[in-house]
Amino acid sequence: MNVTDLRTPLGEEVLSLRAGDRVTLSGLVYTARDEAHLMMEERGIPFDPKGAVIYHCGPIIIDEKVVAAGPTTSARMNNLSGFLLDQGVRALIGKGGMGETVNGQLRGRGVYLAFTGGCAALAASSMKCKGICYEELGMAEAVWILEFDRVPLVVGIDSEGNDLFRTVNRKAKLQFESLFT
Amino acid sequence: MYQTGIDQALVQKLVQATKNAIMQAQIYLPPDVKWAISHALERETSPVAKGELKNILDNVLRAEELGLPICQDTGVPVIYITLPPEVPYCQALFDAIREGVRIATKEVPLRPNVVDPISRENTNDNTGVGMPFIHVRPDNQLTITVLPKGAGAENMSRIAMLLPSEKAAIPKFVTETMLIAGGRPCPPVILGVGIGGTFDQVASLAKEALLLPVDTMDPFEQDLCDTVNKLGIGPMGLGGDTTALAVKVKHAFCHTASLPVAVNVQCWASRRATVVVPL
Repeated sequence: MNVTDLRTPLGEEVLSLRAGDRVTLSGLVYTARDEAHLMMEERGIPFDPKGAVIYHCGPIIIDEKVVAAGPTTSARMNNLSGFLLDQGVRALIGKGGMGETVNGQLRGRGVYLAFTGGCAALAASSMKCKGICYEELGMAEAVWILEFDRVPLVVGIDSEGNDLFRTVNRKAKLQFESLFT
Repeated sequence: MYQTGIDQALVQKLVQATKNAIMQAQIYLPPDVKWAISHALERETSPVAKGELKNILDNVLRAEELGLPICQDTGVPVIYITLPPEVPYCQALFDAIREGVRIATKEVPLRPNVVDPISRENTNDNTGVGMPFIHVRPDNQLTITVLPKGAGAENMSRIAMLLPSEKAAIPKFVTETMLIAGGRPCPPVILGVGIGGTFDQVASLAKEALLLPVDTMDPFEQDLCDTVNKLGIGPMGLGGDTTALAVKVKHAFCHTASLPVAVNVQCWASRRATVVVPL
């Protein structure tokens, strides 16, 4: 299976990616969880959002060293991501997939990339800390600027609305019904 | 600092043992869990799922090499201790374990996860009222077992008070729990299933089932595991043959009018470690 190497800032190359494709991502990425989304919506995005990548992650960073930085559950940001995509963000990274609202907001604009949940040590050894914004939110909720080095990801939702998670969930539901009725 | 009951030397040993057990659990995935993931990779047919399982094994290796936590959700510490006859059951034991958790939070380090349930105020040391929860049972030696439990999987856990006539509904309830969870608990999961006891007891049984080795299953557990895997949810909910690595079951006798069932969902990072405390 082919692996596409991506580098931030991202452009129109993300539009040709399809759900199920494997990619690696290098370059600057910004972490954001629930609190950071609310803060950025209220007070502004502290980086250039054009072609930017948001990583749903609450890392452990000690003395600017990434100790652990795996993905958090993206669904919590289902209703908080629109303004980022409106301003040019091209990709969201997290785990577990996102809802129909985000699926619609990604159409013709960007992709959702899945990073293997729990892989904090893999993340730590392929990410460097380059800075912090909204530090007052605390370690887990602040916006950390991370430099990725070929982080392995899977396209979960593409810019045409194909959603690997939704497809898998539908099949699982049908399978469950056939097993227990 | 501590109430009397056990001497200071033993208190210090227990503090250190708690810290060591947490550190070991956070950095080194148990061999049986590693085996189960490798074994799943050999059998997996989906290319995306294979990629996810390889990432997981790569991550496990890097955690060991770098001495880093396997997962950034270092969980909340669930603690099991065994007491030999010569060690009294006393408050000092609990205080020592709490101190061990505080030290581990700084030294591993652990993410400060423990908050007030309503105000959400973080204590920043992974202890708080009723936390960690410490289970005690008698044995021949003093041991401490730590099961760090992440929220992603814990939040997907369910309990059912089935009717005694609904024995056949147990596989459906277990499988339905996984269907509802989907990719959220970081599959491939391990499902701890409690059957019997009372409402509170069955949840404890389900969690204790997660302490059992996952490289063997009895025919009932294997059947449950095979059924769950038919859902095709796969690693991280991206599809594949490997949704559950194992299902482990613990029983207790129950009221003739009850059939409690609990499913405690555990992520692939099924971390646990036991340290024996020499007296």
